[in-house]
Amino acid sequence: MRPSYAVGMVRSYLRAHEDQSTILPNNIDTHKPEFKENAVRMQALVDDMNAKVAEIKLGGGKVARERHLSRKKLLPRDRVDRLLDNGSPFLEIGQFAGHELYEDKVPAGGVIAGIGRVNGVECMIVANDPTVKGGTYYPITVKKHLRAQEIAKENRLPCIYLVESGGANLPRQLEVFPDKEHFGRIFYNQANMSAMGIPQVAVVLGSCTAGGAYVPAMADESIIVQKQGTIFLAGPPLVKAATGEVVSAEDLGGADMHCKVSGVTDHLAVDDEHALVLARRVIGNLNYQKKPQLVMKKAEEPLYPASELGGIVGDNLKKSFDVKDVIARIVDGSKFSEFKENYGTTVVTGFSHIHGYPVGIIANNGILFSEAALKSAHFIQLCTQRKIPLVFLQNITGFMVGSSAEQGGIAKNGAKMVTAVSCAQVPKFTVIIGGSFGAGNYGMCGRAYSPRFLWMWPNARISVMGGEQAAGVLATVKRAGMEKRGENWDPKDEAEFKQPIVDLYEKEGHPYVSGARLLDDGTIDPTDTRAVLGMGLSAAMNAPVNETEYGVFRM
Amino acid sequence: VNPVSMKPFRWYTTEIERKPLFDKILIANRGEIACRIMRTAKKLGIKTVAVFSDADRNALHVKMASLTSADEAYNIGPAASAESYLKADKIIEVARKSGAQAIHPGYGFLSENASFAERLAKENIAFIGPPSSAMTSMGSKSESKFIMQAAMVPVVPGYHGENQDDAFLKAEAAKIGYPVLIKAVKGGGGKGMRIVEKPEDFEIMLESSRREAMKSFSDDKVLVEKYLVTPRHVEVQVFADKLGNAVYLFERDCSVQRRHQKILEEAPAPGLSEEIRRELGEKAVAAAKAVDYVGAGTVEFIMDNTDQKFYFMEMNTRLQVEHPITEMITHTDLVQWQLEVAAGNRLPMLQKDLKMDGWSFEARIYAENPNNNFLPDVGPLLHVKTPEASDSVRLETGFVQGDEISVHYDPMIAKLVVHGEDRTAALRVLRKALSEYEVVGLNTNIEFLKTLAAHPAFIAGEVETGFITKYEDDMFKPAPPLDPATVAQASLMMVLQDLEASKQAAIAAEDGSSPFTLNSGLRLNQVSEQKLAFKLEDQDVNVGVEFNKDGTYNVRVQTPNKTTVFSKVMAKLAGESSIIAEIQNRRYKTSVVQEGDQVHVFAEEGKVTLDVPQPKFLTVGKEEKAGSLRTPMPCKISQVMCKPGDKVAKGQALVILEAMKMEHIIKSPVDGVVSDVFFNVGEMVAENKSLIAFEVNEENAENAA
Repeated sequence: MRPSYAVGMVRSYLRAHEDQSTILPNNIDTHKPEFKENAVRMQALVDDMNAKVAEIKLGGGKVARERHLSRKKLLPRDRVDRLLDNGSPFLEIGQFAGHELYEDKVPAGGVIAGIGRVNGVECMIVANDPTVKGGTYYPITVKKHLRAQEIAKENRLPCIYLVESGGANLPRQLEVFPDKEHFGRIFYNQANMSAMGIPQVAVVLGSCTAGGAYVPAMADESIIVQKQGTIFLAGPPLVKAATGEVVSAEDLGGADMHCKVSGVTDHLAVDDEHALVLARRVIGNLNYQKKPQLVMKKAEEPLYPASELGGIVGDNLKKSFDVKDVIARIVDGSKFSEFKENYGTTVVTGFSHIHGYPVGIIANNGILFSEAALKSAHFIQLCTQRKIPLVFLQNITGFMVGSSAEQGGIAKNGAKMVTAVSCAQVPKFTVIIGGSFGAGNYGMCGRAYSPRFLWMWPNARISVMGGEQAAGVLATVKRAGMEKRGENWDPKDEAEFKQPIVDLYEKEGHPYVSGARLLDDGTIDPTDTRAVLGMGLSAAMNAPVNETEYGVFRM
Repeated sequence: VNPVSMKPFRWYTTEIERKPLFDKILIANRGEIACRIMRTAKKLGIKTVAVFSDADRNALHVKMASLTSADEAYNIGPAASAESYLKADKIIEVARKSGAQAIHPGYGFLSENASFAERLAKENIAFIGPPSSAMTSMGSKSESKFIMQAAMVPVVPGYHGENQDDAFLKAEAAKIGYPVLIKAVKGGGGKGMRIVEKPEDFEIMLESSRREAMKSFSDDKVLVEKYLVTPRHVEVQVFADKLGNAVYLFERDCSVQRRHQKILEEAPAPGLSEEIRRELGEKAVAAAKAVDYVGAGTVEFIMDNTDQKFYFMEMNTRLQVEHPITEMITHTDLVQWQLEVAAGNRLPMLQKDLKMDGWSFEARIYAENPNNNFLPDVGPLLHVKTPEASDSVRLETGFVQGDEISVHYDPMIAKLVVHGEDRTAALRVLRKALSEYEVVGLNTNIEFLKTLAAHPAFIAGEVETGFITKYEDDMFKPAPPLDPATVAQASLMMVLQDLEASKQAAIAAEDGSSPFTLNSGLRLNQVSEQKLAFKLEDQDVNVGVEFNKDGTYNVRVQTPNKTTVFSKVMAKLAGESSIIAEIQNRRYKTSVVQEGDQVHVFAEEGKVTLDVPQPKFLTVGKEEKAGSLRTPMPCKISQVMCKPGDKVAKGQALVILEAMKMEHIIKSPVDGVVSDVFFNVGEMVAENKSLIAFEVNEENAENAA
């Protein structure tokens, strides 16, 4: 006889069962040949990326590096390492900046930038690479420096500039100097961030000439290395040309002069190492408090390994996969509280935690239909109302087209999603894990929608539409014109017409091309996704979350 | 802690004869012996009263005596023993106040003070030791020798009389048997001492000895004694009760000494026949009986290794430091025996009941620097890890991690006592136990003891008092080549400790789950590497620790001669000063302790100390002034004989230091002018501190270089 309980008197399950109900199942069979092939293909992409980064990491070549080291200076990446707390990760941005962009090689855009923990404080570090063209500013260098400052500003991260630069790249002055988003903006940002209470610290490790002189001069606190760092508005040759005065660089703007006479710099260091210690000390004295405004949970590793992501996703954008299998390998405990699970199923929405931080996830599982767009807009509203950060996992070919869709109001429903994404003031993070095409890129928080960070997987592609669609559209237009003129188009000729377009899209949509132009913040190994998102969330918690006000939702 | 000697023994006297033991005793001592006595008292249900000086307020013996309200501990004055542990008045006052019926003096301090024993008798407090008369008799070297000769106990043959006639002395020498030693009666420090190998040389040596004696002491009187070529220090543990019973508990060999102090003792003495052993024991009992001895005593003999003839040296009228090795081979508790005897009971065992079982060694762990002439060291015990106690390993100590070895008392940290079924077995246990003994914070003789215990001649039992001098070259050989795995562990320890520290800081800042804290050194699309630099005796050691994504590490160890790479090393912290690492399939658990700019690794090859070079920003502008003087050891400033501005000559005495009851004169290394004197009289100064600086001029800078 089974015992009988009065309804409502006895709880017949454990509280742990509640938690269990949110755990995503493991649907992946790693023995399937398809999985294995996908894994191999993704690994090849990752290996290629790592090989390229290994080269980028070396900076401006062997000769320049050795010359730098012979002066008893640390290489820029070693400077960053010494500056960071031991064991602190470094969330580097724009690794591929400048990659195959100019005739000159400008590895990492000639400046290393990223977020790391210094004396317990998450800081934005911007380090010139003097082994790359003397640390001069190419247009991409300026863009990267400004992007770093933008991240610092949005997330309220103290900035540390490790300066050793010849200033603007003179032959390219037109693309570097005059515009709003050019060299001058660096100092504009310094002044305004300082005004906002975001500390600005400069460490002068080499020459800071002309415009470069303003970086330490406009910093809240600055450090300079004896017999190594110099700061002047014009160097000795220009001074001689202008006034006839003959003066050595050390006397004109050396560390001793600036620390003892002019007061341009505050701290005198004996070498690179000392300068970085002093910079750490400056950060230690900021009294900088991070106040996460989130209800945190104890972080848990996902139940299933991130190493399976490659096998799930592969490198063929035409092959679909269930994005929940990806989510299950990114979020804490593989737990996902799905929202509107049975409605508008081509987009997946729900709540999770990443490294203990609560997040709302929006991920594509197909084309965006009206219902999916409405569901997304609804979910974004929930998250902004609750001040929960948003994570977008993009794999989108676009919104649904066709008369049925248009009649269903896909334009206004898509617009609701775009409005919600645009106005949402919670921290937004975007990872492009597959395709990012057309208006889908907008709805899923592409670069134009100001996510705090935008990362790409090496298999991802981004363009206004797929290469074949673009070729198809152009071919259709061309055929229509030819038919009007009564001409005939040989299918073979058509194929020849389309192929270069497909190739061009394929090339231009590649993550390296995007990264070279800073259209994203970096290409990442899929297995690092959880860590990268976690670091982004951690960095974002340095800034308060603003109230969101929405524009008109067309009903 | 050490269960071996605590085995119950059968009571032999009848229950009717048996007198009750004391209910409460005072222990007038400190350190390991105070703890040792307390343990036996506790076992027997005897309450104990501890005393302590200001310096010992937090010492282990005080903690042991403060566990419950039934325990008592009293402060008896300032750190200096003359004002505390030697203050009979204060100790007697505490005994009265606490109602202790007896005082156990331990060893040292008041243990052989006959007048103290007499005072106690008057105060009606029992002294746990021999009667004062026995102490007085044995306290005088000349008197004791006469008593021994009368009791047929052999003494070193010699002539100590007034007759200084050449022919007479030579005849005495012949009687004694060559080789003989001619010594100045007033002599000391080897002055006037001559060894005479054969009769032909006697006159010349006598003449030369007299000449030197005259010059040194203005007295040319000499004595002639038997010269022992390879002497050994063999002593016998004796015990007597008030009922007239006396036994010997076999002998101990304490030959291996440095600075005339024992460091490694064993029981029984190696290489003795049963006949000689019995003879030694019986002569020792005869010696004790000759002075109506009661309680625990040790009769010391000097033994000639060539003919195993032995001669009475002196009798120590107390429980000796090395008594545990006797306990180990006889399964007795000598403190318990002392308490029984003091209560008036019969000895727990008579001679026929006493049997030797196996072999025992005692290694004395000292705070001292064997590489600096065994000069004592002081300092904090920053890290202490001892071998685990077992049936074969016993540890007697009065200190725990965090305590300090101070200048005020004996620098012995602990006694490591081992037992085995024979000498080889016991020595094996000793070597293993020593390898498990870790101390950081001051210099110790542990590594030296390891070398000693592994020396072939010692293993062969070839002990003699000159052992350490004889094998000096083997005792101080250079360190074995560095094992890269040791450096790898030290490096990983430092890296992991840093990670742990930043993690703890983040948790304290309520940001504990940020991946900036938890993801060990992640770099996007590249491997991150942490670089470390060490110095091992001026040799550069560079290390790179790469963080692999799977949580393992690749460690590259680079010395001037070779580079070793360990891939996929697993490592984790095991407590504050220990690391568990799997390197090339071998699992290690190693203690790594950071102390200032040094990292100590307790590796298989011994204690390895790596220096962490100071960065330029700490050293620049702070270079040593030429010709400055530093303290050779921790000390107290007893006299300062110069002041800033004084012109001093090279070799002129400037400061007098007192360390370990010895005075050291610090002389000027240069002709120059004193610019700074950094300490005042009475201040305690650590080792290697600058005492005096000189004004720098080129001349004396050159001199100093």
